[in-house]
Amino acid sequence: MNSAALSNQEPKMVSMDMGQYRKRVLQLADVNIYYGAFHAVKDASLEIYEKQVTAFIGPSGCGKSTVLRSINRMNDMIPGATMHGSVFFHGENLYGLQVDPVLVRRRIGMVFQKPNPFPKSIYENIAWGARINGFTGNYDQLVEQSLKDAALWDEVKDKLKQNALRLSGGQQQRLCIARAIAVSPEVILMDEPASALDPIATGRIEELILELKKDYSIVIVTHNMGQASRVSDYTAFFMVDDHRTGYLQEYAPTEQLFLNPTHKKTEEYISGKFG
Amino acid sequence: MADTSAFGAVTEIQRFMDARKRLGLFWQVLFVFATVLAVLFLILLLGSILDSVFGYAVILNEVDPSTLIAGRDKLEDFSREELISVATERLSAGILRRVDYEEPLVERSDRDLRSLIEQYVIKPRALRTWGFAESMIHRDTVVSFMEENNGSYIVFKNWLTPEFIVADQSSDPLKAGIRTALLGSLWIILITLLFAFPIGVGAAIYLQEYARDNRLNRILQLNIFNLSAVPSIIYGLLGLAVFVRAMEPITSGSLFSNVIDNTANGRTILSGGLTLGLLVLPIIIINTQEALKAVPDSLRMSSYGIGATKWQTIWHQVLPVSIDRILTGTILALSRALGETAPLVVIGASTFISVDPAGIFSKFTTLPIQIYQWSARPQGAYRNIAAAAIVALLILLLVMNSVAIYTRDKIARKKRLEA
Amino acid sequence: MTTISRKARITSRIPETIMFLFALISIVITVGIAVILIRESYLFFNDPAVNLWGFLTGKEWQPMIDKFGFLPLLNATLTTSVIAMSLGIPVGLSVAIYLSEYATDRTRAILKPVLEVLAGIPTIVYGYFALTFMTPLLRSLFGDGVVEIYNTASAGLVIGILVLPMIATMAEDAIGAVPKELRLAAYALGGTKLETTFKVVIPAALSGLSATFLLALSRAIGETMVVALAAGAGPNLTANPFDAAETITGYIVRISGGDVSYNSVDYNSIFALGLVLFVITFTLNLISRKISNRFHQEYE
Repeated sequence: MNSAALSNQEPKMVSMDMGQYRKRVLQLADVNIYYGAFHAVKDASLEIYEKQVTAFIGPSGCGKSTVLRSINRMNDMIPGATMHGSVFFHGENLYGLQVDPVLVRRRIGMVFQKPNPFPKSIYENIAWGARINGFTGNYDQLVEQSLKDAALWDEVKDKLKQNALRLSGGQQQRLCIARAIAVSPEVILMDEPASALDPIATGRIEELILELKKDYSIVIVTHNMGQASRVSDYTAFFMVDDHRTGYLQEYAPTEQLFLNPTHKKTEEYISGKFG
Repeated sequence: MADTSAFGAVTEIQRFMDARKRLGLFWQVLFVFATVLAVLFLILLLGSILDSVFGYAVILNEVDPSTLIAGRDKLEDFSREELISVATERLSAGILRRVDYEEPLVERSDRDLRSLIEQYVIKPRALRTWGFAESMIHRDTVVSFMEENNGSYIVFKNWLTPEFIVADQSSDPLKAGIRTALLGSLWIILITLLFAFPIGVGAAIYLQEYARDNRLNRILQLNIFNLSAVPSIIYGLLGLAVFVRAMEPITSGSLFSNVIDNTANGRTILSGGLTLGLLVLPIIIINTQEALKAVPDSLRMSSYGIGATKWQTIWHQVLPVSIDRILTGTILALSRALGETAPLVVIGASTFISVDPAGIFSKFTTLPIQIYQWSARPQGAYRNIAAAAIVALLILLLVMNSVAIYTRDKIARKKRLEA
Repeated sequence: MTTISRKARITSRIPETIMFLFALISIVITVGIAVILIRESYLFFNDPAVNLWGFLTGKEWQPMIDKFGFLPLLNATLTTSVIAMSLGIPVGLSVAIYLSEYATDRTRAILKPVLEVLAGIPTIVYGYFALTFMTPLLRSLFGDGVVEIYNTASAGLVIGILVLPMIATMAEDAIGAVPKELRLAAYALGGTKLETTFKVVIPAALSGLSATFLLALSRAIGETMVVALAAGAGPNLTANPFDAAETITGYIVRISGGDVSYNSVDYNSIFALGLVLFVITFTLNLISRKISNRFHQEYE
């Protein structure tokens, strides 16, 4: 993965007035991502605020998942993907030459669309991430706390040694969330976390997100606008241009974006004129 | 929220990270090393064989050719009359009579006469041979060995020559060739093909196109898989008991009054071919099934849709589309059979036969078995001809595999043009 | 007209029936193997000189003095197989991991043909290699006095090379069958490539890998020509891999290759040993297949 970032310092941008002052935890500056020769995302610049939920919405193919992955350097895993621009995390450029992507991923966690627990016990799923990162505390406590924070403890506390694959889809996804928070990240990225689940399980995930934001900054990609409006504080609307390149069309506090969108395309998307 | 401090201070994290990275690098080097080792094995294997195909040999003649006729040093210098006169004088009575009976001396070619004189009068013997690498590096050893043995001379031999391929078996490594073995191999493969191809493809068609998913068919499938993993020597035992012994009247030809060799007793090409046929049958079945599986169902559906029967669909639609893969797999299976040794030894390949196989009821030997026999003998020159025979076998296999791939590509291209 | 004539109905069944019979031949073969091996073994054990207990526990195989203990043969078979696995499994698995997790497309394009060529070389060639290269190598490394001209170590190592391509290819398939999402989850938690491979991918592929190893072991046990040429031509119960010792397969090939009359105890003995060989390899194959089926169900 190539990084063409030139500066390790935050640009002297004036932060958009969001009404209330909030601490910035992440800043994307002029992010351009290519898959080989194909320009997937163009000039994405936005800020993620601490302990808030930010939603990325937009039609399919607009690059929202690609931008999400650039935040925890998971695009590094895709051969041929190149990145231009910077992602600042507490002022440090994550694409700087000295930065180890492995360490980045401990501090910025990810939950995937399809629940993907390891084929190990529930206990091991949670403990594994902590173990490889050198956790020296009490593992039993860690597992219990993580499961409680993910609203899964009561359902599995008697069967921690059971294979995680025997849980239902919704339970597996909450397990993946518990697994992610066990390594104490500051930010949790979620790529359509509920799209593979039934409505009831989806509802529980949404409740969980509202609880989690007390401790974590959350960025969630979703194609469900209802979900975005229910769950998020800020919403970024991505569009795709005639060359199939994605770009950020509008970014505003959720209420403002949904009730009073600035751009026509935003308004059309929200009212369902295209999908 | 969990206690972040349990993950350590920043400097500790860095040191820990370095340790993790170092460990990762260590194992990566190990994996690369293993891969290099695998490639090395192949190089060593082929290299050591090729090494024995070329090299110096120190030869000792029982009778020096230059002593035969005054003024002539080499056989090549002899005139035709001189060749005939030497042959008549020097060949022992018995041999002379036999040779003359096969074909009178005066009618033989010069080359033939020279070869006769060489075989029966001069009688060269390879005292010691060297591989290519040793010949290049330790030439002095070769020279001193020659000097130690009076009358011997050095020759740089290429053991894999056209003569080697067409010569018949002989107990003298300088003269031995692989013709009988090669013919035996080819005959047996032919029988294997005729036996295993129709049955194998037919069984596969049944399993893939007709069979429903019930208990019997699952057992059939499992059984075929198990058969493909049975050690080849077991097939030899099976062939020995069934084809050689129990079916002896058929396999020896006596049932058809067609016995070629009275001492064969069922240890014939037919038995060998049938045994190998059983061995490759599971392979052909599995391969054909894979080829049929790759045919999209939509093709079958559209055929049924216009009212074709199952068999018509298979014969006219499914098979033509999958025939390239079926043929390729069959040829590959046959090349596997070509290299098989153990089952044919168990059946009773002949250790020494002087006549070429004349039909399916003949005794036989095959190229791998010839290699086995020569490899097993400790004398130096046998190692060289074993290596030469191995190279011949590998070339044959290479040709077969290339034909297989070529066939598949050619038919595939034809299909694409027609599509 | 939409009804089929009776004749048409019958003729349309003919191809199916013929091919069903062809498929049944496979059962006939298995039954045939079992029947023949059992029958001849029965004749073997019926011979007054032979008894089952002596066969299974006897430490000497000397037909001339009526000793038919198969432990020396079994021991030699196990020695060569264990040595073969000690070489084949680590190297084969490493190659598989390299191919699957580290290799670039270009490297893979070179390596896969190399493995295919190694796999296609007839076993007799490996036997020649064992006798003419491996044994002299061992003798020069450890000394002429230590390593005999025929020895099980040389045969075992070469059998290891022989099964290497099979292990590498099948293990790579098993590792590749592990879904990408599992790897992504591990990376997303901050795992390094090594940690992900060893602690997530390999454990997830474990049953597929076990099936591979069992199949390779079965192959090594059934291998004949390498041991026939390089291991030794006489039964010998020894723990020293540098000694000569004949394996089960080596014995079968030696006896059947010589002059043996049909109703002698020697003739029957090769079938008894064949039965042992068949039972061992069949069991290994069956277990391997069961594990492999379960593995594929998990990931499909």
